[in-house]
Formats: sequence, structure tokens, C-alpha cells
Amino acid sequence: MSTIESPRPAVILREAAKPRPRWQVILVRPETVTFLLLIIATIVATRLSPFFADLGFILESSTYYVEFAIVALVLTIVIISGEIDLSPAAQMALSACLFGTAYRAGAPIPVAILVSLVSGLAMGAFNAFFITVLRLPSIIVTIGTLILYRGLAQVLAGDKSIGSFPGWFVGIDYRMIGIVPVPVMIFIIASVLLGLFLGITILGRQIYQIGTSEVAAIHAGIRVRRIKFGLFLASGLTSSIAGLLTASRLGSVRYDLASGGELTMVLIVMLGGTYIFGGRGSILGTFLAAWLLVIIATGMTVANIAINAQLTVMGLLLIVSIIATNAIYARSQR
Amino acid sequence: MSATGPLVSARGISKSFGGVEVLRNVDLDLMPGEVHALLGENGAGKSTFSKILAGVHKPTRGTLSLAGQPVEIPSPIAAQRLGITLIHQEPISFPDLSVAENLVIGQVGARPLGRVRWAALAQEAKRLMALLDVPIDVTKPMRGLSIADQQMVEIARALASDSRLIIMDEPTAALTPKEVETLFKIVRRLREEGRTIVFISHRLEEVRAICDRVSIFRDGDRIETAWTADLSDAEIIRRMIGRPVADYLHRGTSHVGAVALSVRDLTLPGRFEGISFDVRKGEIVGLGGLVGAGRTDVARAIFGVAPASSGTISVDGKPVTINEPSDAIALRIAFVPEDRAIAGIFRSLPVETNITAAVPEKIAPRGIIRRATEKLLASQSVEKLSIRLASVRQPIGELSGGNQQKAILARWLLSDPEILILDEPTRGIDIGVKAEFYDMIGELAASGRAILLISSELPELLALSDRILVMSEGRLTADIPRAEASQEAIMFAAVPRSGRHTVSGAAA
Amino acid sequence: MSSIARLLRAREAGILVMLVLFALVVGLIQPRFLTAETLRIVLLAVPLIMVAAMGQMMVLVARHVDLSIGSILGFSAIAAGMIFRDHPDWPLFIGFGVALLSGALLGLFNGLVVTLFKLPSIIVTLGTLSLYRGLLFILSGSKQIDPNDIPEPLIKMAQTSPIDIPWIVIIAFGVALATHVFLTYSQIGRQIYAIGSNPAAAPLRGIRVMPVTILVFTLSGALAGLAGIIYAARFGYVNPGITGVGFEFTVIAAVVIGGVSINGGVGSVAGTVLGVLFLGAVQVALPILGVSGFWQNAIYGGIILIALVIDRTVRQGGLRGLLARGGA
Repeated sequence: MSTIESPRPAVILREAAKPRPRWQVILVRPETVTFLLLIIATIVATRLSPFFADLGFILESSTYYVEFAIVALVLTIVIISGEIDLSPAAQMALSACLFGTAYRAGAPIPVAILVSLVSGLAMGAFNAFFITVLRLPSIIVTIGTLILYRGLAQVLAGDKSIGSFPGWFVGIDYRMIGIVPVPVMIFIIASVLLGLFLGITILGRQIYQIGTSEVAAIHAGIRVRRIKFGLFLASGLTSSIAGLLTASRLGSVRYDLASGGELTMVLIVMLGGTYIFGGRGSILGTFLAAWLLVIIATGMTVANIAINAQLTVMGLLLIVSIIATNAIYARSQR
Repeated sequence: MSATGPLVSARGISKSFGGVEVLRNVDLDLMPGEVHALLGENGAGKSTFSKILAGVHKPTRGTLSLAGQPVEIPSPIAAQRLGITLIHQEPISFPDLSVAENLVIGQVGARPLGRVRWAALAQEAKRLMALLDVPIDVTKPMRGLSIADQQMVEIARALASDSRLIIMDEPTAALTPKEVETLFKIVRRLREEGRTIVFISHRLEEVRAICDRVSIFRDGDRIETAWTADLSDAEIIRRMIGRPVADYLHRGTSHVGAVALSVRDLTLPGRFEGISFDVRKGEIVGLGGLVGAGRTDVARAIFGVAPASSGTISVDGKPVTINEPSDAIALRIAFVPEDRAIAGIFRSLPVETNITAAVPEKIAPRGIIRRATEKLLASQSVEKLSIRLASVRQPIGELSGGNQQKAILARWLLSDPEILILDEPTRGIDIGVKAEFYDMIGELAASGRAILLISSELPELLALSDRILVMSEGRLTADIPRAEASQEAIMFAAVPRSGRHTVSGAAA
Repeated sequence: MSSIARLLRAREAGILVMLVLFALVVGLIQPRFLTAETLRIVLLAVPLIMVAAMGQMMVLVARHVDLSIGSILGFSAIAAGMIFRDHPDWPLFIGFGVALLSGALLGLFNGLVVTLFKLPSIIVTLGTLSLYRGLLFILSGSKQIDPNDIPEPLIKMAQTSPIDIPWIVIIAFGVALATHVFLTYSQIGRQIYAIGSNPAAAPLRGIRVMPVTILVFTLSGALAGLAGIIYAARFGYVNPGITGVGFEFTVIAAVVIGGVSINGGVGSVAGTVLGVLFLGAVQVALPILGVSGFWQNAIYGGIILIALVIDRTVRQGGLRGLLARGGA
């Protein structure tokens, strides 16, 4: 038992239910499950192929997923606040296509990057306007904007790719800091910063409170709409950064860049144990889940499973992970 | 008892929610052809008991038998099959469906693939509404009906279902006297047909008018069942609250200071109109009225949750603008909302997080949370209000209702408010904790805070308030000084005089 | 009923006016838009969307959403196509049966997961969107069903019938009519509206929410399956990587334009049909106006958002009505 402040233990049973033992509180958490799965997956993968014992190989093969993982960090916070954003993959495509179009029109790369970042903010603000000002459900608004943004990318780029960027811009996934590719480093740093933001700042605390009960948060004087607006802005900005990373990795942009990415992002967040109804979840979980996904996906590729058939596993994984997370949270809630 | 056996026999019924027992070992017999009142304060267990009869909740322990046969009632559908209908306290409806459809949807006996005969349906619906003497167009959607009309539809639905046992949970809360009279006429006829009616109400005169027997609940126990005629009002009240009313009596006139909160002509169309009143420092102003009269809306407007569209609010004599709750908090206004489960607590979060939710600048002066400070503040509050819990890190949902409410009050006391708005602060709270609340509210006023107390419990209003405002249909209808206040005076002002708003803004 | 009908009819009238205005404006710019030929093209373009839209409408009315219909369409089309390819001698209706049945099974799975585990349908069907697409790759071995594998009679169904209107058009409007009868005149149909209108109250009113919800998802799947075989008839091939990709968004756009509320409880077949026709008209008008086909998705996205805002405004009007306490 933990600290007891009650003067009359005898009445506790009538006044309040017994708290769960501490070990249970710590162990029975979705993040713990994610961590265990990560270890199991790593062991299985090492058996499968000796490549997996090599950290460098894992880091290299992660560059494809790390762009989605970076956005998934922000998406985690959005989902904890009780909303959802299904449009980041489309935002990546549109902002990257804007970048390409600006470059093709003769703008220097830094200006083109600025265009892309501003467009990310604008798209985030557009989402936020519908959700916080018009108070429409984010789930359906971001389906609408997902179609709209990708449609606009299609208008902009047609079905051709825009490329021939200068050499220094291309191939960021091959630039290393130590043995860590730059995009992976960005992911790690962002994880630490966002983890701290969510864990120790008052704003992070308030995001959990909003997700637990928005009405109660409003009544406690928390500026719910302002915070949510900020979150969607952050989601837009992060998506445009991820779009630029993708553009650099591929060396060209197309309207179908990051297509299907919304599934991967939601999958990472759910796999990390964030509660789909808001109020619970952590950056740590998402961080672990990203690596879990990298190992599973790379493992399947190494095992020669066609990329198309991998969709089956991803879809199944998404469903199983929400069911499991829900079950764990249902246990801890009465 | 009489020649026929009871229709319903409940034996040893107990029910717990999350470790908190809300009903203990209740035995009760309901006879055919009787109108049986369940009385008790909010949270006494009468609603829980009727929901068990109607299959909404399953009892933790105990047995039920119907007409001598032991039964289990696992779901509302099963209850309907057995001929049990519950008229919910808050009318439930499908706003997008027509009134006629709302009357019959889900009814027993309807085959899933059976045809909906629209003409016959409308005919039957019209007949039922005529029976209740309610001029509602049954082809209109439910959306847009007043609460009173929805309540009448709910009652009509029970009539259509041809049930043996009809439970009415505070059916009259939103009704006009004329509608109540019609309802009583119907209830009497149902009794003559040999049906059993369970009638839950807070209004003793209604119970006297219609009920054969009463059962009194207190704190999860059934205290007594008796013929209505055998008990006086005072005896009933004493059994409900467990001690003489006099004990609650007012703390004595305190020092009333300058005006702290003043509202003028506050209006939000469709909710309330032309509301003007003052609350002084050290004063407890009660705000009474029927459910749906607009009291909570006024409180929400003052606190900025749903601001008024016109009118002015002044704090300490200075006009202020309150667009959202954070503005109100900055002006040192606090608001304990009526619906604790939704608007008060963060159920799955620790007690300490709940207590410190409204004072971010105290626990995180530079944006970073200081755990030690937070824990200290929370523990101090726990001690001061004697909140009973196992740990401040425990999710607040694991606490009993009374202790949750104390934590919410603690949250607002930390913000050091000058003006407190308390909306039904003792709803669903154990009797013992209630008394503690009364003491605390008294102390807060004595220390110079201005308090606006919204309550549907007349004894509570009468005992605590220096002055009682009454609202009806969105308008202030009375401002009764303490000396002249009585249950009758409040009820007189609270009952809607439909269509004719002769009395308005009392403070003007 | 008549009053709800009035309200809905008002919504439908709005959509009809929009449709007519759109046709007139396009016709003003390009007079050849206003010909019987255009009508024929539009009618040929819509059966696919219309059949699936009937299912999606029921799902939305029940306050859910089904994102997996594009993959279901693809799966059923492949399944039926493989029957045609591998057993050219089997009668046509077996292909239809396989498409409907496989669609229904996949829809049933959606419904089971959503109701058994009480999960938000949007996330579940986002998962099955990927799951079913993966399955169809596995099933087909990533191979396309080629035009010469599609039986001639099936292709004919997309072109003609005894009464000179192509069979698929007749099928689509038949499905719409059946859906209307089901939703308006059966107890279950009305219960779908009740569940969407107030999910919390439905079980208290004795409505079996779970089986009804499962049925709705199963129907949506079956109709997507039917759309799959219409796809094979109309386009004459089925490709695992193309068939039905992004189809769910088109259908949701059509349904939302048709005045079906995403908040559940509101929606009609007539409105949905008009929404589908509107979308078909836009599809046909773009090339006639010389607008690049690349604009299509952006326009759909924009239309969904506009429809959401309109729905919101209508609701608010309704809300005000709810708050006004009329004296009895």
C-alpha cells in the first residue's frame, strides 16, 4: 500500500474504493506491452536474419518510417487531447508539392522551404478553424481536408514528379550524426522534447485534462479551444517538415507522396498504447511503437513478404492494438 | 396484507457502484392496484432501486419476484417483456424521429421485419395524446418539444405499453399544475385498472394527493413503509433526513458587506431574460426554481461557460467582460457545477491533479509543474476538508460522490475566490457529508465571500440562504427575504404561469 | 412522419436546386452539356457510387462510418473475377453471389469488431481498409483480371437491357428503392434512425443496438460487393492495386452532399440519390468545361467541407428550436 492520509482506515471501504497495488499501476500499462513486443520482435527478427543484430541496419531501414513517426509524435498529443487528425499525410504531400512548385518556378531552396512550412501552418489553421471555431468533429473534418489537400497536390503537380533539386538538398537520410541518420536524430530529439512537454509542463497536463473531460476542463478555466488550435497548427507544421524530409529522401515530389500514411501514423500511435478516446497515452509509447513497426516491417521485407501483402498485417495490427489498449484501460477503470 | 399477493417482492436488494454501496438490503412489496411513493433525498437510493426494477441496473445481491415467480431482469427489454415500464426523470427521446414514432419504437411485440403502418401509428398516437389532453402534433419531430411536452410523450408511451408496473421517476418536475392534474387523473384510472404505480417525487403534497403508501429511503436503506395517511409531513421529513429539520437551521445573520457581484438585464434568448440581482459580501443568496427554469444557464453565463448575449455583470462595482471561464477565475469567481461527473471531475486522473486544476500558476509558476508544491497543496486541501481517500495519487473516480464533490470545492478554494457560485452542491451526496457541506458553506460566507447557491432542495435553500431568488421559465419571479421565505412562497413563484409573464426582474 | 418528411424534403429540395443550378451554369458555358447524351453518361457513371452510397448512408444514419468499402469493392470484384476466369462455364449469378457474399462477410467483420469491442468505427474501418486490401493482393496473387476474362454477358449489362436502359442503372435504382422501403417501412429501418439519433437511449427503449448495428455494416459490405461486380461490368477489368482505391471518399462525399448528417439520425434515400447524381454531374462536367480531371478530388474534398458547414447550420436552427420553451 502507498501512503495513507486517511485518519480512519475503517471507513475507507465505504468512502472510496481501494487503490490498485503499485506494481499493477506500473506494469499493466500499454507502454509496457509495447516494450515487451519490441523485445520479442527484435529477438525473432535476429533469429530470422543476422542483419538485425546490426544497429546500423535497423537505423538505415528506419528512414522510410521515421517521417511518419515524427508526425505520429504530434498526432499522439492530438489524440490525447480527444481529437484526431487524419490529414497529415495529405498535408505532407501538398506542402512538398508546393515546395517543388516554388523551386521549379525559380525560388531558391530556402524560400521554397519557407513556402512549404507556411503552407503547413496554413493547412493546420484551416483544420483548426473548422474544429475549434465551427466546432465540427475533427474526425470527419480531417477526412474532408485529407481529400482536399491531396486533391490540391494533384492539381499542382498533375501526375508528374517534380525533381532535380540541388545535390545538397537531396539524400538527408544518408547524412549521419555518428551512426544515426539525420531524420532519425530529428525523431529522437523531437521525442525527448515532446515527451518532456507532455510530462512536466502545465500545458501538457492540461492536454490530458482536456482529453479526459473537455467539459470539466472548460469549467476549470482551461483554454481548451486555444490549446486545440495550437495542436492542429503544430500538426500542420510537423507534417510540412516531414514532407520536406520525404522530398529530400526521394529527390523528387509527387502528389501521391506519403499516400496511405494516415494509416501508418494512426497505427504507430495506437500501437504505442494511446487511448483512442483521449486522456491517456504517452510519447514514450509512440517512440517504442515506431521502432516496433520498423522491426516488423523490415522483418517482413527481409522475409520476402510482398509490400502489398504487408498491408494485411498493418491493418490487423491496428485493430488488435486498439482492442488490447482498450482492454487494458477498461481494466483500470471502473 | 390483502387477498392477492404482491405484484413485486424485492428481498435483500443491494447495489454497489465502484465499491461504493448505494443500496443496502432493501426489502419491498408492491401491491397490485396501489400507487406507491418512494421518498428520500437525492442519492438516497430510490432512483437506483427503480432502475433495478426496470432492468437498467443489475442488483449486486438480492432477489426479485413478480406475481410470486422469482425473476431476473437483466435488461430494459426484459423489463418491458415482463410488463414493467420506467418513465425516466429526464425524458429520453430520439430527437430526429416523430413524436408518434417515439411513442412506439422498440415496443415489445413488434416484429423486427414487421411493417411500420404510418397511418395507424399516427391514429394511435393522436388518441394517446388526446387522453393526456396535450395538443402536440404527433407528426412533428421530437426535436423542438419543450421538456414538459417530452415528459408527457414519455408518459403516453408508458400508457401505450400496457404495463403492469409503471415507475414514474419525478414525472412532475417540469410540469405545470394543470398538466400535473391531468397526470393524476390518469394515474387514478391506471390504479382502478389494477396496475401498480411507483411514484417518485420530492413534493409531499403530490404524494398526499395520489399515493396509497410511502416507502422512505435514506442513504441506501429503506427506512420505513407506511400508509400515507399514517405519517405527518414532519414525520416523513424527519425520516428522510434522519434528524430534526431544526438542526439545519441557519447560522444566524452574519455581517453582510458591500455588493460583490451584480448582474443587470442579463439575457440569453431561449434560456433566460432580463435577469438582475446583487450578491453582497458575506451573503448567501439562494436561487430556486423548477428543473429547466434557467438557473444553471444564468450561472454558466456569469462564469463564462456560455456567456449571455446582452446585459452587464459587475464585480465590486466595476463592469467586467467575461467571455470564458478563465476571465471569471481572474476576477476571483468560482463555480461548482451541477453535473459533477461531467463538468466537475477528471475521472481517471489522480485526486491531486483534480484539486490543482484551476490554479496552474500556483503549481507551475514558470510553466513547469512542481510536483512537491502540487502534492503539498493537495494534501493540505484533503486535510482541511477531511476528504476521505487512500492516496492523493488515486484516480478521483474511485472516491465516493461526497468526497469527489469535496475535492471540487477544494479546487475552487485554492483559487481563493471572492464570489462562489454553487450549483446543486449536495446532489447525490451522503447525508453525513451533506451536513459538512452546510457548515463549510456557512463558514465561507462568514469569512466575507459572496455566495450564490442554486438548489432544488427547498429545505436546503431555506436553511442556508439570507435571501432567496426564484426563477421560472427563464425569468426571475421573486426575491424573498429570509424572514418571509417558506416552501409555499418559493413554489408559488417557481410554478410557470404559461404565456403570462406578469412578474419580472425583482431587483430592479 | 409527414413533418420529418417535410424537413428532409426541404433538404432534398435544396440539393435539387443546387443540381439544377449547376447544370444550368455549366450549360450556359458549354451548351452541349444540356443534352440527352450527357444524361446518359451521368446515368452510366453513377450506379457504382449509388449502390455503395445506399450502404454508407445507413452506416452514417446509425452514427458510424465505413472507410473500408473501397477495399471491399476491390476484394469482391477480384473474387468474382477469379470465378469468371477460372470457371468460364459457371452461370453469371454465381459471380454475383460470390461478390455479395464476400462483401457481406467483410462488412460483418467490421460490424463485429465495432460492436463487440465498442470501438470507433472510423479507426476500425481504417484498419480493415488496409487489411482487406492486403487480403485481396494475397487472394489475387497481385494479378489483374483481364478484359477477356470478364464474361461478355456481364459487360453487356453495363450497356443495355430489354428496355434499353443498361442493367446496372436498373440495378442501382432498384437498390435505392429497396433501401427506401426498408428504411421507411420496417421496424429495423426505423430503429437504425433511432440508434443514430440517440445511441444512449436506444437500449433503454428496448432496441437491440448490437445486432442492428452489425446488420448495417453487413449491408454496407454487401452493397460494396455488389458495386464490385458493377465495376467489373463497367470497366471490363479488375486490378488489385487500382480497383476501389479512394472509392470510400467519393461515396462519403456523395452521401454527405445528399444531406445525410454525420451526427446520425438524419438522411434519406432521395437525398442520397440526388447527392450521387450531383457528383456524377460534376464528374462529367469537368472535361466538358475543359477543367483538368486532377481537380476532381480537390472539389470532392471542398464539397464535403461545405456540406458539413451547411449541416451544422441546419442543426443549430434545430437546436434553437429545442431551447425555446413553447407554452403548452
